[in-house]
Amino acid sequence: MIIFALVFLAPIAYSIYLSLFRNQLIGGNSFVGIANYREALTDPNFWSSFARVALFLVVQVPIMLGIALLVALAIDSGRLYGRSFFRITIFMPYAVPAVVASLMWGFMYGPRFGLVGNIEDAFNVTLPNLLSPSWILASIGNIVTWEFVGYNMLIFYSALRVVSPSLYEAAEIDGAGQWRIIRYIKIPAIRGALVIATIFSIIGSFQLFNEPSILKSLAPNAITSYFTPNFYAYTLSFAGQQYNYAATVAIIMGIITMVVAYVVQLRGMRKES
Amino acid sequence: MATTTLSARATRSVQAAPRRRHHTVDRPRRSVTLTVLTCLVLIYALVPLVWLLISATKSQAGLFDSFGLWFSSDFSLWSNIKETLSYDDGAFVRWFVNTVLYVVAGAGGATLLAVLGGYGLAKFSFPGKRAVFAVVIGAVAVPGTALAVPTFLMFSQLGLTNTPWAVIIPTLISPFGLYLMWTFATDAVPAELLEAARMDGAGELRTFLQISLRQLAPGIVTVLLFTMVATWNNYFLPLIMLKDPHWYPLTLGLNAWNQQASTVGGQAIFNLVITGSLLTILPLIIAFLFLQRYWQSGLTAGSVKE
Repeated sequence: MIIFALVFLAPIAYSIYLSLFRNQLIGGNSFVGIANYREALTDPNFWSSFARVALFLVVQVPIMLGIALLVALAIDSGRLYGRSFFRITIFMPYAVPAVVASLMWGFMYGPRFGLVGNIEDAFNVTLPNLLSPSWILASIGNIVTWEFVGYNMLIFYSALRVVSPSLYEAAEIDGAGQWRIIRYIKIPAIRGALVIATIFSIIGSFQLFNEPSILKSLAPNAITSYFTPNFYAYTLSFAGQQYNYAATVAIIMGIITMVVAYVVQLRGMRKES
Repeated sequence: MATTTLSARATRSVQAAPRRRHHTVDRPRRSVTLTVLTCLVLIYALVPLVWLLISATKSQAGLFDSFGLWFSSDFSLWSNIKETLSYDDGAFVRWFVNTVLYVVAGAGGATLLAVLGGYGLAKFSFPGKRAVFAVVIGAVAVPGTALAVPTFLMFSQLGLTNTPWAVIIPTLISPFGLYLMWTFATDAVPAELLEAARMDGAGELRTFLQISLRQLAPGIVTVLLFTMVATWNNYFLPLIMLKDPHWYPLTLGLNAWNQQASTVGGQAIFNLVITGSLLTILPLIIAFLFLQRYWQSGLTAGSVKE
């Protein structure tokens, strides 16, 4: 509990404290109230980074969870050959560090010795540069999807395993087809897992940091210093020494994340009852 | 609910039985189409790993002039490994040792705390339990990286940055592990069993060590594996906490090697970055493969309550 307080409660309190002050060359540390918040909320860099993760969230999360759900249903249906092989292999990318995943994909995207370059040579076509500013977000989305499809699949699959097989038997005897079973038994049964996975994915999207940070050295032009809110806060505090402002940005993002997660949870739970 | 279903099944399965002799709900007909479709996802998951494995066998020159998914003429996996381990006075080995240290101390400690905390919360009642629950759930939802900057500032005032402690202490807390352990302990250790042990005169500590621990084993392995992955793969925390390459974990080290190519006058060592990546992920993949029986049952049990 002491450690819990040290690494969890104290930083929150400290960052709130920080966000209310401003360190200036003249006058030193002074209390400025909500001025930092007012500045952040009108900061175009902050909003551009926020819009980017919001877009990322709206596009990447449904794709990832959709694939994960389909695979989980396919494996659970028992109609696959070698299903435990599928389960463990599709899960495997989760064990790969974000750093290694980003480096691998970054190299593969690259025109120099990556697969993209190979495909261009082999078919004599010119593909869009996946590391260019207009494609980089999609490229990152692909990396994140690759990393977490298996993890989410496993969460759904574990939830599906708990459903009693007698329900399926009863439904089948009543003449329900596979799709109806999925629609009316399986999906409602794992609603809890779906909500949890959605919330985790939302938190993950808003926190996006590792992938852009690592790809920056491979695609320096495409990733700005305010690519994601987290990256912005990081740059502010470690390149710009603006700790107070960085804390403000972090708090705003934290509040937005919690509100969104809470709304999703409420919606998910309401449908259940 | 369960009884009506069962009786309905019992009466109706009499007529239905002949038709479904071979393909029951438990053993349905295998579908080739579905297998092929799932194979697409499988290939998607595997291609980068295969690419990594194949690329690790290439020399720097081979990387640039051969097809990505097939071997180049010069097979240099062994020399790559040797060079990775010895480059820069064996920096890779040192990073590996650091990572193991962070994993053992951080993930091990986190698991220990999660087990004790989760067990305590599940099996004992005390005032303020609901408040603790609310805080834990809240902690799962708070973005971890949002806390990193203030944590860094606090630690730097305590003089802890640039030491292994700065990485180990924050990883000790795993709200998700605590939550998983809590739900798991609620189901896995029956209250009657504890009652019986107490009746027989066993103290709380002895009950915990001799009875509860055995029941909790799958949950413990699950939490341990997931905190291990989180620590092994951690990048953000060491990135802000550590400036001295001497204390780097593997993830930071690899990225530093990669960035070396883009700095002025830096030597490009892509073959070492790739081989190093392969060596970094191998231990975790092996751990997951060998322990899959445990962590899969642990995860299933954990999801019951959700």
